Amino acid sequence: MIAIKNLKVDLGDFLLQNIDLEINSGEYFIILGPTGAGKTVLLEAIAGLYPVLEGEVWIDGREVTRLSPEKRRIGIVYQDYSLFPHLSVEGNIAFGLRLRKYPKASIKEKVNAIAEIVGVTHLLERKPQTLSGGEQQKVALARVLVTEPEVLLLDEPLSALDPETKERMQSTLKELHRRVGVTIIHVTHDFEEAVALGERVAVLNNGCIAQVGAPEEILRQPSSEFVAHFALSRNIFTGKAEEGEDGHACVDVGGIKLRAITELKGKVRLSLRPEDIIISKEPLHSTARNCFEGVVSDIAHRGAVVYVTVNLPPDFICLITRQSFEELGLREGVKVWITFKASAMHVF
Amino acid sequence: MTKTHVWRKPDGMSIIFVLLGVIILLFIFAPLLKTVVSSSPGVLWNTLLDEEVYSSILLTIYAAMIATLVGLFLGVPLAYLLARRQFWGKRFLEGLIDIPIVIPHSAAGVALLFVFGSNFLAGEVFHTIGISFFNSVAGVVIAMIFVSIPFLIDSAKEGFKTVDVRLEKVARTLGASPWRSFFRVSLPLAWRSIFSGSVMMWARGASEFGAVLILAYYVPFFGHYARVAPILVADRFASFGLEYAQPVTAIVILISLIVFISLRTIAYRGEKA
Repeated sequence: MIAIKNLKVDLGDFLLQNIDLEINSGEYFIILGPTGAGKTVLLEAIAGLYPVLEGEVWIDGREVTRLSPEKRRIGIVYQDYSLFPHLSVEGNIAFGLRLRKYPKASIKEKVNAIAEIVGVTHLLERKPQTLSGGEQQKVALARVLVTEPEVLLLDEPLSALDPETKERMQSTLKELHRRVGVTIIHVTHDFEEAVALGERVAVLNNGCIAQVGAPEEILRQPSSEFVAHFALSRNIFTGKAEEGEDGHACVDVGGIKLRAITELKGKVRLSLRPEDIIISKEPLHSTARNCFEGVVSDIAHRGAVVYVTVNLPPDFICLITRQSFEELGLREGVKVWITFKASAMHVF
Repeated sequence: MTKTHVWRKPDGMSIIFVLLGVIILLFIFAPLLKTVVSSSPGVLWNTLLDEEVYSSILLTIYAAMIATLVGLFLGVPLAYLLARRQFWGKRFLEGLIDIPIVIPHSAAGVALLFVFGSNFLAGEVFHTIGISFFNSVAGVVIAMIFVSIPFLIDSAKEGFKTVDVRLEKVARTLGASPWRSFFRVSLPLAWRSIFSGSVMMWARGASEFGAVLILAYYVPFFGHYARVAPILVADRFASFGLEYAQPVTAIVILISLIVFISLRTIAYRGEKA
C-alpha cells in the first residue's frame, strides 16, 4: 500500500497541500485534475524528484520521504515519454538492468520478455526518434516495467495520442495492469480516461484533493465544478454483462436491463451521451432497443438546451432543446419515456 | 523528390549583401592565402625542420591540449551547475566567467603573475610541491586556461541546457545515482557541445600571445628551450623582418587550420543523421 500523508509541495505560484491518499497494492488509481493543477509535480514528489515541504510518503510500511529516487522502486512515464535519444529501443529498455549490473544473457532475456508483452519486439533496433507516439509510449512502459517497480506513475500517458491510438493504448494499459499487477497512479485531465481505467479516482482541485472514490461515486456527488461539468456530459453506469438474445448483450445495471453491443462479459461500465436519449410522453415504436419509463427528477437550463434527469432508477441525464422541453411540458415529477439505441452505448 | 529552381531576378538588397559578404570573406582569406602560397613547399619543409620552429609548434599544441583537459575537468561540472540550477547571483557569475574574453590579455598575464608568481598566494602553494609557473610549461598552460576557458564553459552550458531534465529524472527512477545519470545520460547527450567547446578552447589557447608573453616567454620543453608559436612569429618579425617571419607564419597557419578543421569534422560527424 502507498500512503501519502499530509503532503505539501511548493509549486512557485501556489501550494499543493493537505494531500492525503491511500492507494492499495495493485490498484489502478487515477488522479484527475484540470491542466496546471500540479499533477506532474505531485507525481515527481512521490517519486522523490521534487522537494517536499512537509508530509510523508510510505510504500508498504517503509517511509521513503527522504530516500533518493533510485532507491524507491517507483517508476515514472512522462507525457512525452522521455526516451533516451542516444540509445536504441533495446538500449532504452535495458538501461535500468545495465545499471543493476545483471549478466548480459539475463538482460537480453528480460528485455525480450517485456518487449514481447508490450509488443515492441520488432522495434528493438530502432532509435526512439523514428517511432510513432504510441510506439514510444510502449517503449517507455517496457523500460520502466522491466525494472519491476512497486509503483508505476503515469503522467498524462494518453493525452499526446490521436483518438484511435488512445483507445488502443487504454486497453493496453488495462491489460498490462492485469498481467503485471503493479500499482499504478495515473494522472490525467481527461475524465473519460479516468472512468475507463480507474478503479478509484482522486480529484485534484485548487492544490487540494477534493474527492476520492470510485468513478460512479464521484459522478453522482461531484464536489467540484470541474467534475460537475463532466457529470452533466456523460451517463456512466456499472453493471453485469451477459449474453442476451439476437446478438445483443444484456447489461444489468441494478433494476433495469440495458441492451448494448459488446463482446465483454462480467463487470463492465457503460457510458451514454445525454444527447443520444430521446424523451417522449408515450412509449416510442422504433428500432431502438432500449425504452423505459421514469420520472423527471431534475431540470437544469443551459441556454438553448436543457438537461433533464429522468429517474428509473438509476438516473439518466438527457439533453433536449429548449423547444422540445416546452412542447413536452416537462416539470419535476412528470412521468416520461426514454429511448436510446443499443449502439449508442459505449461499453468498457 | 526533384526540386525545380525557378530563376528569379535578384533584388537590390540581395546583391548588396552578397557583395558586402564577399568583401569580408576576402579580407579573412586573402592574407592567409597569400602568406601560405608565398613560400615554396621546400622552404616550408626546411622551416618545419628548424628545431626552434618544431619545438615551438609542439609546445603550443601540447600546452593547449593540457589546458583544455584541465578545462574539461574543472569547467564541465560548473557548466552543468549553471545549466541546471537557479541561484542568487547566477547572472553575475556568468558575467564573471566571460571576463577573460574582454580584458587585454597582457593585463591578464600580469594579473596571473600576481597570484601564481612564486612569491604570491597560489604560486607559493604550488611551489612547495615543485611546480613553478614563471617561465615554465605550467605557466604557458595557466595563461592559456585563463584566456580560453570561457569558450568551453559557455558551450558546455548551452549543451547541457538542451538535455531535457526529465531524461535525468527518468534515469534516476530507473535506478541511476546522480553520478550515473550524469555520465550515462547528460554527458553523452551534451557531448557534441562540450567537444566543440573544447576545440574552441584549444584553438584559442594555442593562439594566445599576450598572457603567455608575460608569464612564460621562454620555457624549458623536453630538453630544449621553446616559445609558443604566436611569440615565435612575433619575435622573428621583430628581429629579422617580414621576409623571415613569413615561412614560420605559413606553417603556423597551416597547422592551426588542419587541426581545427579535423576536430570540427569529428565534432559534427553524424550531425545530419
